[in-house]
Amino acid sequence: MSVTVKIPTQLRGATDGEASAEVEGATVGEVLDSLYERYGELRSRIAEDGGLRRFVNVYVGGEDIRFLDGLDTEVSDGDEVTILPAVAGG
Amino acid sequence: MPPESLRCKECRTEYPLDARYVCERCFGPLEVAYAPHTSSDPEELRRKIQAGPTSLWRYADFLPTAPPAHGAVPTGWTPLVRADRLADELGLREVWIKNEAANPTHSFKDRVVSVALARARELGYTTVACASTGNLANAVAAHAAAAGLESYVFVPVDLEEQKVVATGVYGTNLIAVRGNYDDVNRLCTEVSADRDWAFVNINMRPYYSEGSKTLAFETAEQLAFQLPDRVVCPIASGSLFTRIARGFEEWLEAGLIQGSLPRFNGAQAEGCSPVASAFAAGHEICRPVKPDTIAKSLAIGNPADGPYALALARRTGGSIDAVGDEEIREGIRLLARTTGIFTETAGGVTVAVLASLARRGEIDPDERVVAYITGDGLKTLDAARGTFEVTEIDPTVEAFELATEPVAAVA
Repeated sequence: MSVTVKIPTQLRGATDGEASAEVEGATVGEVLDSLYERYGELRSRIAEDGGLRRFVNVYVGGEDIRFLDGLDTEVSDGDEVTILPAVAGG
Repeated sequence: MPPESLRCKECRTEYPLDARYVCERCFGPLEVAYAPHTSSDPEELRRKIQAGPTSLWRYADFLPTAPPAHGAVPTGWTPLVRADRLADELGLREVWIKNEAANPTHSFKDRVVSVALARARELGYTTVACASTGNLANAVAAHAAAAGLESYVFVPVDLEEQKVVATGVYGTNLIAVRGNYDDVNRLCTEVSADRDWAFVNINMRPYYSEGSKTLAFETAEQLAFQLPDRVVCPIASGSLFTRIARGFEEWLEAGLIQGSLPRFNGAQAEGCSPVASAFAAGHEICRPVKPDTIAKSLAIGNPADGPYALALARRTGGSIDAVGDEEIREGIRLLARTTGIFTETAGGVTVAVLASLARRGEIDPDERVVAYITGDGLKTLDAARGTFEVTEIDPTVEAFELATEPVAAVA
């Protein structure tokens, strides 16, 4: 599966300034692993203990993966995966 | 106490004081770090505060920005009301209500917007924006209008009509998003990356959240520079809850008040209680939920400051409770009929949790309790509609007497 990952501005220092990346993977976890292979520094910035750091939100087609199957969420060809920081508000 | 830098709450990496909110190393949230006070004399500091304006800018020494020279909406210095009739009903001795409905757009959000907009103007922004559950929308639209800034306000499409009207009237660009607040917030986080706008709760968040500290400063000053024993405060994202604690801590460090942090009791609605659920389960992080509650101003299913709110409640011996919609309506009525204050659903949540804690015997009768009423009942009329009876009569004295004294009228 080839999916598009959207990279937030705060992480583009680790992606040579790229705002998105086309990577392969059948699940969100595999997609992120592919991304880490390409941009090694990303892993230490958003991953922790095999999962994601607690202020990292990941969406597939706009839906938070915590409402799906987390890192095991399956992705389809052409899906869009978005990485965003958690934001307080109101 | 001049601001020095933005600092990551997680890994302590420092950044310049510009429009940023996320640590690039670990994705943690950034907050304003201050240099130590130049004066070590609390008496001098106290006199300076007391000689200041009757607005939140009397605490400018503890804020990251100077007050704007013009175009600011006067905000803060709201009443702290001793609520003896409410205390009597709950079997408590000393209950105070901090009435934030008395702010210019009738919620505590005027505070955070005051500070965020002041900093946005210093940084040269001409357009401000926000993602909002309603109260922030009102405040951003109004404060932007007064300052002559363009504004964009993003809200969930199902927002209460009162909050929509009280936003649109200020001439903002009002965007109703087909989704819940968490969808709106995600959208705004994406939009903020591509626009040169000051999003008050996103790239201005470190400054924005500092405004909430002034609620703690005012409470302490209005209690003659003393601390309460306990505070009860609503939780949506957890920002207000944790920043009130930070305000008390800063004044303890400055020597303006003595003692230790009050117990912090957080209040959520059962239909959106990710922080209360995590508290009950002993978790350190919150699992997001899809909100379904009448307390729309608290309907944040993915609370970014949830982990900090959990830690605060635990380390102060407090708790985080959730109440149902019927309890929320009863909370609104209880506050109204004992204090004369009509609050919105978030205030109903707070009062209902206060009542629940009192009923369960968790509050010592001798404690001094402060409950934060964050918004005005006129913004959520549906929650109060149909909870009382109206007597309709013809315009005659007989009709009035018949309606009000049926027994006497028959005799």
